[in-house]
Amino acid sequence: MTRVSAVRIAVVLPELLGTYGDGGNGIVLEHRLRWRGIAVERIECGDAAALPETADLYLLGGGEDRPQTLAARELRASGAINRAHSRGAVIFAVCAGYQIVGQSFPGAEGDEAGLGLLDVTTTVGAGPRAVGELLIEPDASLGLPLISGFENHQGVTAVGRDARVLGRVLEGVGNGRPERPAERKTDPGAPTEGAVAERVVATYAHGPVLARNPALADWLLAMIVGPLDPLEHEVVAATEELRRERLAATRSRSTRPG
Amino acid sequence: MKTRLRRLRLVVATALGDAAGWSSRRLGRGSGEVIAGRVIQMVAPDALALRLDGRPIAIVSGTNGKSTTTALLAAAARTRGPVATNDKGANMPAGIVTALGHTAPGATAVLEVDEGYVPALLSAAAIDVLVLLNLSRDQLDRVAEVRKTAERWRQGIAASPATTVVANADDPAVVFAARSSPHVVWVAAGSNWKVDATSCPNCGARIHFDGADWKCTQCDLARPDAQWSITADGGLVVEGRDVGDLPVVLGVPGRHNQTNAVMALAAADAIGISIRTALDAMTSIRAIEGRYDYVWGDSSTARLYLSKNPAGWIEIIELLMQSTRRVLIVINAEIADGKDTSWLWDVPFERLRGRQAIASGRRCHDLAVRLLYADVDVVTEPDLARALDLARADDRDVVANYTAFREVRRALGVAR
Repeated sequence: MTRVSAVRIAVVLPELLGTYGDGGNGIVLEHRLRWRGIAVERIECGDAAALPETADLYLLGGGEDRPQTLAARELRASGAINRAHSRGAVIFAVCAGYQIVGQSFPGAEGDEAGLGLLDVTTTVGAGPRAVGELLIEPDASLGLPLISGFENHQGVTAVGRDARVLGRVLEGVGNGRPERPAERKTDPGAPTEGAVAERVVATYAHGPVLARNPALADWLLAMIVGPLDPLEHEVVAATEELRRERLAATRSRSTRPG
Repeated sequence: MKTRLRRLRLVVATALGDAAGWSSRRLGRGSGEVIAGRVIQMVAPDALALRLDGRPIAIVSGTNGKSTTTALLAAAARTRGPVATNDKGANMPAGIVTALGHTAPGATAVLEVDEGYVPALLSAAAIDVLVLLNLSRDQLDRVAEVRKTAERWRQGIAASPATTVVANADDPAVVFAARSSPHVVWVAAGSNWKVDATSCPNCGARIHFDGADWKCTQCDLARPDAQWSITADGGLVVEGRDVGDLPVVLGVPGRHNQTNAVMALAAADAIGISIRTALDAMTSIRAIEGRYDYVWGDSSTARLYLSKNPAGWIEIIELLMQSTRRVLIVINAEIADGKDTSWLWDVPFERLRGRQAIASGRRCHDLAVRLLYADVDVVTEPDLARALDLARADDRDVVANYTAFREVRRALGVAR
């Protein structure tokens, strides 16, 4: 597959949705294309009203409560992401961004409507804030290796019929469990993490998640440019070291007695 | 309980705390300041209030620059008499209790205080001056949200109307908290990190930035006019005073330390120390618990830097850019550092593109991956002793985050 124009990656409202280094996801995707000789343009869009509608991939990251509410309102008013998605763009959303692309989430002033791109609904968890390493076994149909990240959120997200979960939680909290049974649209038995639908992928894992999980990064890119050649760069070995270290650290904790 | 009994209890508590601190030092577990303070507070829960009672007190808080600003202000305060200060960096109540015990009861207290404990200090004693430097993301796994800290500051300040607040007019979170005081001295101390202030700390709407000026697009939160500021070439300007562009020349490097010094000068002025006397005293400060030390001795100008969050890193990169020296970076993610390393991606390491860096520390692999995506040339050396040998061999600057900085100093034999 050959492309004439550069792949355009839009980093959406980074000042509001970038609390946990999520801007790194854009840096990772940009470099993984550039290092393969594929033209790419990374656009940081701080103004929702001027959000481009012709990008190939939109990235949304984590944010504190009020910035999240503000971002959701600005993005609903703009409509650019919804139009871009219906035109074929890919959306990758993390943490607060995950909640925003869903149906609704707990905003600064009660329930706040999301962008409705993903059939998930977020409520406030009754337990303590979910903070710590997150290890995910992706759904087998996705063909991805374990996903490692760090989560920091209070939300509990129910995945509806029109979406499926990204994977199963091996360590951490992930989507959590709704307190009220009525909100459990599906109950797959094991704790789940993230959600996937047509050209929308979302997770609670930051880290940033695409730096720790290059297969996930390349999977997103392949949705846009088709199959990718293996990357030849020092970062491949460095990332393998990082994954070995993180997976060992996370698993040793989850198997520790007590 | 009667005051005499409370004081007697504190004497007993102090003896027990000192013993605990001594044991901790003997076991090589650090300075023992924190454990001593914990024991004292366990036996005498009112220890902090008792030890603060009857002194002039200035406290300094903020995400970055606390230790340096406290050291500068303490130097100024020493021109007038004995000073009690927590210069070992233990900035939570337990460490402060211990530090206060080391000096005469009437000595002026100049204390750096962890952002989370500012309200606790304000309610423990009559604080004369509170210095608020800045507020940005740091250890988000522990603190959760920057704006919650700002709100706690606001409540604590509103309940302490007699305290003079010296506040950075350029940081919206600081202004939001400080303006609940009737006595604020505004300082234009700058802000390199606007990202945590995009949404108004008061109402949640967008903050509009226009050069150095800013205001909320919805409510009345706006940048106040600053009485104290510094010119581009480092001259002090104080509204209504003739200081004749007094040059702020310090023994510690960087524009950010000049603005820290302006904050400290405004605080010194608020407790009655003349500006010139205070500034003269500040120039003697050259390193603060290892920060800015010439890391390989006086024969080299390579320095040791502490940097633990994105806003702090922006200042340090500015200093690194002043030479072409290579760099050793040491990163840990212990509880005191924050367990989450994702902040590394908020640091503009791209500015070091083309330079060679050694990545070390227990999270050297997170760092190495980040640096490679910034097009920095990286050698990964998890073993700190070996990394330091390599760095000494080609005269590198060394930058480390909090617990890594302590380990570097121990490995160099300059700290316990």
